[in-house]
Amino acid sequence: MGRKILFVTTDQQRYDTLGCNGGILSRTPVVDRLAGEGIRFERAHPQSVVCMPSRSTILTGQYPTTHGVWMNGVPLPVDAPSVADVLHRAGYRTALVGKAHFEPFLDPFFRFGENSLAQTGTEPPGGLHRGFEHLEMATHGTVGPLHYARWMMAEHPEALGGFYPALDASLQVNAGGGGDTGAPQVKVNPVDRGIYHTDWVADRTIAWLDTLGADEDWFCWMSFPDPHHPWDPPESEVGRVDWREVPLPAGYPEDRARREAILDGKPRHWRLWYDGTLVSNYEAPADWVPATLTADQVREVNARNAVECELIDEALGRVLSRAAERGWGDDLDVVFTTDHGELQGDFGLLFKGPYHVDALMRLPLVWRPAPSSSTPPAVVTRPVGLVDLAPTFCAIAGIEPPGWMQGGTLPVDDPDADERGFERVLTEWDSELFGTDVHLRTIMRDHWVCTAYLPGTSHDGSEGELYDLEDDPLQRANRWDDPACRAVRDDLVADLWDHQPPAHTPRLALEAPV
Amino acid sequence: MTAKRGSVRHQVRLACAPDVAWALVGDPPRVHEWFPGIVACTVDGDVRVITTGSGLPMPERLVTVDPALRRLQYRITAPLFTEHLGTIDVLDLEDGTSLVVYGTDADPAALALVIGGAARAALAHLPEVLGVDAVGPGNLRSVGPGAVP
Repeated sequence: MGRKILFVTTDQQRYDTLGCNGGILSRTPVVDRLAGEGIRFERAHPQSVVCMPSRSTILTGQYPTTHGVWMNGVPLPVDAPSVADVLHRAGYRTALVGKAHFEPFLDPFFRFGENSLAQTGTEPPGGLHRGFEHLEMATHGTVGPLHYARWMMAEHPEALGGFYPALDASLQVNAGGGGDTGAPQVKVNPVDRGIYHTDWVADRTIAWLDTLGADEDWFCWMSFPDPHHPWDPPESEVGRVDWREVPLPAGYPEDRARREAILDGKPRHWRLWYDGTLVSNYEAPADWVPATLTADQVREVNARNAVECELIDEALGRVLSRAAERGWGDDLDVVFTTDHGELQGDFGLLFKGPYHVDALMRLPLVWRPAPSSSTPPAVVTRPVGLVDLAPTFCAIAGIEPPGWMQGGTLPVDDPDADERGFERVLTEWDSELFGTDVHLRTIMRDHWVCTAYLPGTSHDGSEGELYDLEDDPLQRANRWDDPACRAVRDDLVADLWDHQPPAHTPRLALEAPV
Repeated sequence: MTAKRGSVRHQVRLACAPDVAWALVGDPPRVHEWFPGIVACTVDGDVRVITTGSGLPMPERLVTVDPALRRLQYRITAPLFTEHLGTIDVLDLEDGTSLVVYGTDADPAALALVIGGAARAALAHLPEVLGVDAVGPGNLRSVGPGAVP
C-alpha cells in the first residue's frame, strides 16, 4: 500500500488570499494547518496565467510551448502525456472532480470528450480519459453540458437563475455588474450553499473516495471552479466579509493619477486596456473599461472572493475528514494550489491577461507530505513552478518521472532547492485573437521578475518589464530601460532565452474562444 | 476596441482531383458524412438544418452552390448569430492535387472561432473520408482569427 494523493486546485486564486501567506480577508484554517504541517512555497509560478495552458502544464508536466496549448481555446491533444495516466498504469485509481478545462468549453458539436462525457456518465468510453477513470466535471455556473450543470438543471432548476451568466448574448465574457457597487461579474445569488459548486465538488469527491477499497492507492484531482469570476457565492455566506470594511489592496493605487502614471511606465498594452481601447484577450470582458473601476468595486470583489476562498477551505476540510475516517490520514499527501492568479484591483485592473506580475503569477502552493513520510515542515523561498507538480506526484507514488516531464520534484526545503538547481521559473504568454497578438516570455530569478516582449500588435519586440521584488514588491517601477539595471537585465534575458523549452510541432490550432 | 465580427480560414491540400473533393463537400445533404460533430442533416430547398453532436438543431440557408466555381456558401440563421457566412472553395492546383479552403465569418466574433474550429477538424477528417492523402507535411493550415471591428 502506497501514499494516496489528494491534489486540490482552485481557479484564479491569489497568493495573498490564504491566511498562511499573510492574507487578512479570508479565514483558511484548513490550508493554513496543512501549510504548518507541510511545505509552504513562497515563490510558485504558473507557466501560463490562463486556464487551459496552465492546467495542461499541470497534467503533462510540460511548458505550454512544449505541450502546445499556447492559449485558451487550443485543445490539449487527447493523446498528450498525462501524469494521471502514469499513475494509473502504476496501479493508482484516478479521478478528476470539478473543473478540467483541457478542452474548450464552447463546443456545440461535442467534439471534445470533456463536454460529451457528462451525457453518458462519469466513466469515459474506453475506460480512461487522459488517465482518469472517473470524471465528474463542473465549471463556473450552471450553463453547459458538464455534470454539475446537468445535475442542477435536473434537480434544482429553480436555482439556475441565481447564478451570474458568465458569458453575454454575444458569447463574450459578460461585463454586466451587480451587487452593491455594480462591479462586473458580481451578482447576488440566492442559491443554497449545499448545492453551490464548491460543496458539490467536495460531495462528489467524497462519493468517489467512498467507492474505493481501504487498501487501494489513489490520485484524486479535486478542482474547485472558484474563486474565479463570476463572484456570485451563495448569498447566505456573503455576510462573512462586509465589503465596506475591506481595506483596499496594497496593489491598488487609489489615486487615479498615480495609478495611470504607474501604468504608463509599463508596455503600452497595459494602459490601452485600462482605457478600454485594446482588449487583447478573451478572458476579460470586452465591453468593460478598467478605468471605470471604483474603489468600492475593488472592495466588493475582494470581499466576495474571500467568501469563495473560505467556502473552498471548508469544503476541503470535509474531504480531509472523510479521508481520515477511511484510515488514510497517515498515508495521504495533500497538494493545494491554483492554476493562476487574479488582478483583483492591482493597478486598477481585474481578471487576467498578458500581465506578468505577482497578481497573476505568484500562486498559493502548499504540499503536506504524508505524515508517514516524516518530512519536516518547511518554507521554500526558491522559485518553483506548476510544471514541477507532475514529477512530484510521481515521486510520491514511488515512480521515476518519465523523461517527457520537464520540471523537477518539488524541493522539501531551501537547501534541497539549492542542491537541485531551483534557481528560476519561467512563464509565457501567447495570444492571437481578432487581429491582436501579444507574446511575452518571463523569468523570475533571484529577486527579479523580467519579461521580454516579442513583436506583436502593440509591441515592436524591444519592450520589456523588469522589477526588483526586494525594493518594489508591488512591481510599480519598471526598470527595463533603467541604465543602472542594464547588466542585470541583459543577464536575465540571456538566461531566459537559454532556458526556453522545445516547441510543439506542428503548432496546435485555436479551435474556440475558451 | 472590440471586434464584433470574426473571420477564420482553414485549408487542406488533397492528393486528388478537385472534382473528387467537390463531389462530397459541395453536396449539401452529405455534410454529416465529413463534418465531425454534425450527426444529422436535412435539406429542403435552400434550407438546411443540421443537428450537432450536442443535439442542437442549427438552421442554415444555402447561399451559393456553384459546381463550376466549386464554391458552396451558407449562412447559419440561428438567433445566436447576428451574421454568419461559411464559404467552402475547392481549388484546382493543376498538379493532380486540390485545395479545400473553408472560411468562416461571424458576428458575434466568438462564434467564428467555434464554427471555424469545428470546420478545421472537418478538413482534417476529409482525407480519411475521401480515401486520399493530404499533401505535404503540415498540410492543414489555418489563417486567422482575423477581425473586422
